[in-house]
Amino acid sequence: MSGLGAWFADLKADFILNFIDSNRWKFITSGLKNTLFITLMAVIIGVCLGTVVAIVRSGYEKNYAEMKKGIKKYLLAFVNGVCKVYLTVIRGTPVVVQLMIMYYIIFATSRNSLLVAILAFGINSAAYVAEIVRSGIMSIDVGQFEAGRSLGFDYKKTMIYIIIPQAIKNVLPALANEFIVLLKETSVAGYVTIRDLTMGGNIIRAATYSAFMPLIAVALIYLVMVMFFTWLVGKLERRLRNSER
Amino acid sequence: MNDEVMIKTIDLCKYFNKNIHALENVNIEIHKGEVVVIIGPSGSGKSTFLRSLNLLETPTSGQIIFEDVDITDKNVDINLHRQRMGMVFQHFNLFPHMTILRNMTIAPIKLLKMPKEDAEKAAMELLRRVGLEDRANAYPSQLSGGQKQRIAIVRALCMKPDVMLFDEPTSALDPEMVGEVLEVMKELARDGMTMAVVTHEMGFAREVADRVIFMADGAVVEEGTPDAIFEHPKNQRTADFLKKVL
Repeated sequence: MSGLGAWFADLKADFILNFIDSNRWKFITSGLKNTLFITLMAVIIGVCLGTVVAIVRSGYEKNYAEMKKGIKKYLLAFVNGVCKVYLTVIRGTPVVVQLMIMYYIIFATSRNSLLVAILAFGINSAAYVAEIVRSGIMSIDVGQFEAGRSLGFDYKKTMIYIIIPQAIKNVLPALANEFIVLLKETSVAGYVTIRDLTMGGNIIRAATYSAFMPLIAVALIYLVMVMFFTWLVGKLERRLRNSER
Repeated sequence: MNDEVMIKTIDLCKYFNKNIHALENVNIEIHKGEVVVIIGPSGSGKSTFLRSLNLLETPTSGQIIFEDVDITDKNVDINLHRQRMGMVFQHFNLFPHMTILRNMTIAPIKLLKMPKEDAEKAAMELLRRVGLEDRANAYPSQLSGGQKQRIAIVRALCMKPDVMLFDEPTSALDPEMVGEVLEVMKELARDGMTMAVVTHEMGFAREVADRVIFMADGAVVEEGTPDAIFEHPKNQRTADFLKKVL
């Protein structure tokens, strides 16, 4: 019993040292704020840019063979080529390397590391979102597309009103997974001097020479966020599904 | 029916991969108010022909004149012309993420800029005509096949089209549901709608069609009144086909 009591006392002392003393908990909360901000902004960039790339890619796959020769056809082939290179490069290199290239090379003159990180993570995430959404678009029955066109909707409006809503719904679980990956991937933001959640824990560890408390706390916070998000998406998914029954 | 030509095809050809000839110089006229039924063995090009009429299939060569406009012309905005050609598919193709009412009103609202209330009023009126007004807020997955196809028909009608194209509208239905869909189509024909129907329902062709077209191997083999085609086919292939299906 006294063994357990001593263990608890140690834990408490450890907790006070790491979080209460010198208000060290602020490293965690401000880090969490940065992590959430980067993730949220990157998700928005990722979904928007990713959907555009997906529309180009699926548009090429669906229509290129049937298109009449002309400027439109060559333009589509060119843009599709650019998208393919983008997808290959982004998915073929580690996100940390992309982040550092963005910060130390492309935006070397900018000291706004937060903005650079948002851009880097957004562009990275968009590549994965693009492939997810593209698979969603390709999974929609061609009859849906024909029904839209036969009513008089042009290609764009058919996509917006008929295809994309169904595609997004079909790939929602995969998209949610991508957001979870992104949330965790932002933990490398410390490489470009950003004090995110992981960095916050690491700063405390370096100051107190006590690894257990800050790192486990950081891990727990990530875990809770992911669990909360998973729950939220599950709820959303059920609601979307129920709306069709 | 009168003499005004609604749709006319001139030497319509469609080749897949250069050597598969789905359509070979098809010349057909469809008059205003006329019900044209296209029959033929599978692979005869009848669906391809129907789908060419609103350019869901792009013809390889030839012209399609719809209401005096050559819609195969590159400078023509096909979307505007499609608004006046309703189409009903074998597999219904209702939008599963929208209610029945939304399925019917989205095109008039977004394309004809009709006020939502007006579009919904018109849609409800059509639903009443096909006896499905109580399903307005249901989703397509809650309906039977026959109900879905009736909705698909009235969805197309919501755009107030000048012509309706039916691509094997009863082929995906359970036998007991075929009747309810054909009944809606008959009523439409009685109201004077111009219709082009690809079907295997010979009874419908005989009863409703003003003209029957028999196609085989991508070409029109024979055309005439239902009586002429069904009772006195001139061509041997027509006779052979009818012997098999009747």
